Amino acid sequence: MEVGQMQRRLVDYTKSLFMEGFLDAQFLQLQQLQDESNPDFVVEVVSLFFDDSEKLLNDLTMALDQPNVDFKKVDAHVHQLKGSSSSIGAQRVKNACIAFRSFCEEQNIDATLRCLQQVKQEYYLVKNKLETMLRLEQQIVAAGGSIPMIELGF
Amino acid sequence: MNVSSVNGSMSISSSTSTWKAGDTISDQFPAGLRVLVVDDDPTCLMILEKMLIACLYKVTKCNRAETALSKLRENKNGYDIVLSDVHMPDMDGFKLLEHIGLEMDLPVIMMSADDGKQVVMKGVTHGACDYLIKPVRIEALKNIWQHVVRKRKNEWKEFEQSGSVEEGDRQPKQSDDADYSSSANEGNWKGSKRRKDEEEETDERDDTSTLKKPRVVWSVELHQQFVAAVNQLGIDKAVPKKILELMNVPGLTRENVASHLQKYRLYLRRLSGVSQHQSNLSTIISAQDPTFGSLSSLSGLDLQTLAATGQLPAQSLARLQAAGLGRATAKSGIPITLVDQRNIFSFENPKLRFGEGQQQHMTNKQQANLLHGIPTTMEPKQLVSLRHAAQSVGNMNMQVPPHGAQSSQNNPLLMQMGQQQQQQQQSRGQILVDSTINHAPRLSSSMGQPILSNGMATNVSSRNGIPENIRAPGYSQTPSMLNFPMNHASELPGNCFPLGSTPGVSNLTSKGAFQEDVNSEIKGSGGFMPSYDVFNDLNQHKPQSWELQNVGIAFDSSQHSNSLQGNLDLTQSALGQQGFSSGQMNGHNRSAAVASKAMFSTGDVKELGSAQNVNQHLNNLLVDNTIRVKSERVCDTSPANIFPDHFGQDDLMSALLKQQESVASSENEFDFDGYSMNNIPV
Repeated sequence: MEVGQMQRRLVDYTKSLFMEGFLDAQFLQLQQLQDESNPDFVVEVVSLFFDDSEKLLNDLTMALDQPNVDFKKVDAHVHQLKGSSSSIGAQRVKNACIAFRSFCEEQNIDATLRCLQQVKQEYYLVKNKLETMLRLEQQIVAAGGSIPMIELGF
Repeated sequence: MNVSSVNGSMSISSSTSTWKAGDTISDQFPAGLRVLVVDDDPTCLMILEKMLIACLYKVTKCNRAETALSKLRENKNGYDIVLSDVHMPDMDGFKLLEHIGLEMDLPVIMMSADDGKQVVMKGVTHGACDYLIKPVRIEALKNIWQHVVRKRKNEWKEFEQSGSVEEGDRQPKQSDDADYSSSANEGNWKGSKRRKDEEEETDERDDTSTLKKPRVVWSVELHQQFVAAVNQLGIDKAVPKKILELMNVPGLTRENVASHLQKYRLYLRRLSGVSQHQSNLSTIISAQDPTFGSLSSLSGLDLQTLAATGQLPAQSLARLQAAGLGRATAKSGIPITLVDQRNIFSFENPKLRFGEGQQQHMTNKQQANLLHGIPTTMEPKQLVSLRHAAQSVGNMNMQVPPHGAQSSQNNPLLMQMGQQQQQQQQSRGQILVDSTINHAPRLSSSMGQPILSNGMATNVSSRNGIPENIRAPGYSQTPSMLNFPMNHASELPGNCFPLGSTPGVSNLTSKGAFQEDVNSEIKGSGGFMPSYDVFNDLNQHKPQSWELQNVGIAFDSSQHSNSLQGNLDLTQSALGQQGFSSGQMNGHNRSAAVASKAMFSTGDVKELGSAQNVNQHLNNLLVDNTIRVKSERVCDTSPANIFPDHFGQDDLMSALLKQQESVASSENEFDFDGYSMNNIPV
């Protein structure tokens, strides 16, 4: 596929991610932070997010698996995840975290377990999407093209 | 954005250039600003770092608070500003904030995904100069340099003043008024504090723009010293001069102490209002109106009371009523959580901001604190209402009823107030306000309490049952007005507010608002100063006519002798009262404060001592033109020395007026339903 085509695909794909709520304006900010002196910034941050989130999700799973769930701890983890997902622009993950936290407050074990599932699901979804998008970008760069800036007319 | 020259390459030494000197700002400023960012989340940390670099700042990042602290300690001058996350595993962000503030005195910005009001408020009260909600956008980071400049500016001013003031700015003596009024502007109080308090919305701050007058920042330690001195002297005998001597803090002036004492007294009063305060106050209050019963208990510094400013009103009112109006032990179970005393008193952050935004945060303890949220808001309205009231006697719609709690109780008050107002009206235009205030004092008292809570929670709380009603609205507003951390159950200064003695009082008289007698009485009510402060801060104070102020003061005095503790400056109280009373009506603290003040000053003087039943007094007041000073009530103990310097009446007035203006439609106006103020004892 030639570069132009790849670029168009990337743009369309990225736009769809925004439209579907997987990503929000914060992600745009990250993209704007990337520049020649830091060409892999987005990739780095996103990778960091993945690693960190997976750890958090594991901790959450373990915490909710306890006979006596420590909701404070659970809440702290979720809060953390909320913070990082919002910083990266992973909107749906963030929203799932918000719901999660409210159930934590209620100390509702069933609901929180459901929320955990929800968060995980959203997380894997957005991870998948981001990876696809980043892969597209890499291909473009490898083919000598440049990454087009997304103009979102929200 | 294209960061062609990575800031990170800047060496520390270069960044220490101009910056530290503080007088010259580098041309590249704010480029090169040395930022230390602390966040346990690696994703966020990385993003922040990148953003800060994009802003051309020099960034150092850590993911643990301990690391950050050690970095700061190793290199005290190596950083200009700190950005810290709130939730961190090894140390609470607020704790770190405190450490930094105390040890290094750097501006600290808090960040969190948590945007809950409490958390943000906590940031403010702990001294954060800003609070950013995650996800942090780069635009938000672009302006963080303002906090550095602001702080520097304050420090320079401090040096210029040549006083070694506590980290904040120093307040020149004379310009107390001016200071207050100016500081009131735009949240000056916010800025002047060492730790910039941040309002919930980070952009609240439009303050500190001009710190013209440095203010003394009542840090925790300073406050503790103050409290120790006061306790040593005995709250009744604590006069600014002696306190100053005992504290032995270089650079601190008697005026600073005086105004702080005023606030403190109100705070105490507020506390005791809820819980009985047996000591001196009780005597005064006891006489009063049962509703104010609680007031008498001012003595007990009930932080809770204060803390629950919002709740206080309702509860206190309930209590008072239950108590049977007699000064029953006010200890209403106000579920006030002990607010961080330190913070409270220091009002670094006008937590009490009623309705957030209502009042400008009165970061400065000295000033604004008094009128935290509630009072302040009330004040303007109250002031407005006061004005109206003044105009038409009948207008006194004391908001009392609104709070409904004690409408019945209020009624008498209202009546009285109405009457008083009338009388007062004649004598002093504003007196109407006074009358309302008188009536309102109860209201205001109650209201005032909340309002006063700014600093003088004590006063407010003590106020009385009626005011409770009024206060209710007010209290809710002032969230943490009760900042007086002082948990001193000490005798409420309110006991006898030296209304008479306070110069303010005398001023009032001259104004004509209060009859001579009143003045003396007012003294008792002196406690209201806080409202005064509040107003100042609020900026909204409009220079109301003295009458209004007097009214407030009179009112207060009459009502809560307790709360008045020291009416040090009638004017202040007046203002506060005025605003208070008006505020109360509105449920705004401010106005209440004003109203209360006004009320206090005017007729209350008589009542002062007796926060006791407003009703009773009202009648009395009404009858007597001169505020009848129930001897028992008015205890002007201290007198005059109480805050002689306080806020100039002018300031108060202006603040009040401003408030009034701003409050254009104060809902509260004192509505004395059907009460005609015929004889407003003036």
